[in-house]
Amino acid sequence: MKVERSVRVEDKLFCNRYLVDAGRPHIKVRAHTRPSPQLLALLKACPARCYDLNDKGQVEVTVDGCMECGTCRVIGEPTGDIEWSYPRGGYGVLFKFG
Amino acid sequence: MIEERFDAIVVGAGMAGNAAALTMAKKGMKVLQLERGEYAGSKNVQGAILYADMLEKLIPEFREDAPLERHLVEQRFWIMDDRSHVGLHYRSEDFNEERANRYTIIRAQFDRWFSSKVREAGATVLCETTVTDLAQDAYGRVIGVRTDRQHGEIHADVVVLAEGVNGLLGTRARLRERPKPNKVALAVKEMHFLPRETIEARFNLSGDEGVVIEAAGTISGGMTGMGFIYANKECISLGIGCLVADFQRTGKTPYELLDRFKRHPSVAPLIEGSEVKEYSAHLIPEGGYKAIPQLYGDGWVVAGDAAQLNNAIHREGSNLAMTSGRIAAEAIFQMKSRRLAMTAENLALYKRMLDRSFVLKDMKKYKDMPRLMHTNSQNFFLTYPQLISKAMQTYLRVDGTPKSEKQKSTLKSFVNARSWIGLFGDAFRFARAWR
Repeated sequence: MKVERSVRVEDKLFCNRYLVDAGRPHIKVRAHTRPSPQLLALLKACPARCYDLNDKGQVEVTVDGCMECGTCRVIGEPTGDIEWSYPRGGYGVLFKFG
Repeated sequence: MIEERFDAIVVGAGMAGNAAALTMAKKGMKVLQLERGEYAGSKNVQGAILYADMLEKLIPEFREDAPLERHLVEQRFWIMDDRSHVGLHYRSEDFNEERANRYTIIRAQFDRWFSSKVREAGATVLCETTVTDLAQDAYGRVIGVRTDRQHGEIHADVVVLAEGVNGLLGTRARLRERPKPNKVALAVKEMHFLPRETIEARFNLSGDEGVVIEAAGTISGGMTGMGFIYANKECISLGIGCLVADFQRTGKTPYELLDRFKRHPSVAPLIEGSEVKEYSAHLIPEGGYKAIPQLYGDGWVVAGDAAQLNNAIHREGSNLAMTSGRIAAEAIFQMKSRRLAMTAENLALYKRMLDRSFVLKDMKKYKDMPRLMHTNSQNFFLTYPQLISKAMQTYLRVDGTPKSEKQKSTLKSFVNARSWIGLFGDAFRFARAWR
């Protein structure tokens, strides 16, 4: 299924509050040459679309818009594809309403 | 480094953590509660419905100052196909009572209030503090926690793990497994703001009356999932959730699903012209009774979503969290007051008390439901909703076709789609899982 152009996740995330812990991402993708099926699933499953393919076809993560739901941890941590921690205290998403 | 020793450390300031910390602090125990958000509630996401009965057991006079949105007078269940919904609505004047039974709430605001009660009761609440690990002794007994704030360990007789559905500590310490993709749902939600009068007119409400809509059907695209629409005072919480395993399998995206739900002809008029002020995502435990992990051990107990305590059929979770947190605290206090050690053997009392409560009785009742729903998602969330919609339309459309022919064609459409064996099998399996 193609991601519909009409849904712009960036616009959705724009109304959220974040305190980004610059230079200390709380999720890391294990270095790889070809992504596993689990890593590829994260491109679609992440509700903040934090995962993207770089020009070498590897999966990269940018955690700035992460809502800390844990979906990628559930999918990608068992295979060792990603390392998942919570951000340092006070950092990350700051829900106004929740 | 905090040199002090605590009677109990509570990890997390959601429903379970606040209930546990409040209960122990009220009994005079020395409690430290740790929360990673900037304030209690800033990391917490729920629909959200508050169940008054369970909160009354903790704070009887909560209605005086708790930030409540609307008390619920109406519940709507919708079975949806792409262009229609078949609804079962229940509305009663009986729900307009002084001590209402259910309220909509906004978690960030409610939890902040709840946390103020925990502080008033005498607990030490430290926010902006992420617990990174449990401290264990050579025998594996939990003796405290390590955080990203203080160097070294903070020690306590017992640690209450109320760290939420995606709690890392229990897994890292090998006390329980990480939730599996087929045992948790990912829900995404938006907060749609509208003038109060507009919400009341669109939902047929007056004053602080409220309504919630729970919806299932083709909106989840054949995945096991549900949509929800909750009326707050000046905003509408609207969201949809499906099993993570289903997202993984189908490659559907959560935001596309949410936007399809919003565009549905039954939903779009309710939120037309609204301003979205937040987009959130959260996991929901869906594994039911069989997914409940070990609930206690040497120096620890686990409560709430972290213990997978969620009744997916009745959409109840926060009350199970609150109750399990309270019961854990009461069991701990019994040990404390009888000067007994916080060993697994003694803390087993928590599980026995939980077994006798509605929490585990309800979860046990529906123990076979998750498997049924998760393995037959195409039938329950796609085929049947489409058949029901077609049947209703055939029934209602007046076009000169004799009624007996209409009935035959409806029956035939069910049998063609599922076969007699399939229909009876589904009915039998559903009834058996429900009873």
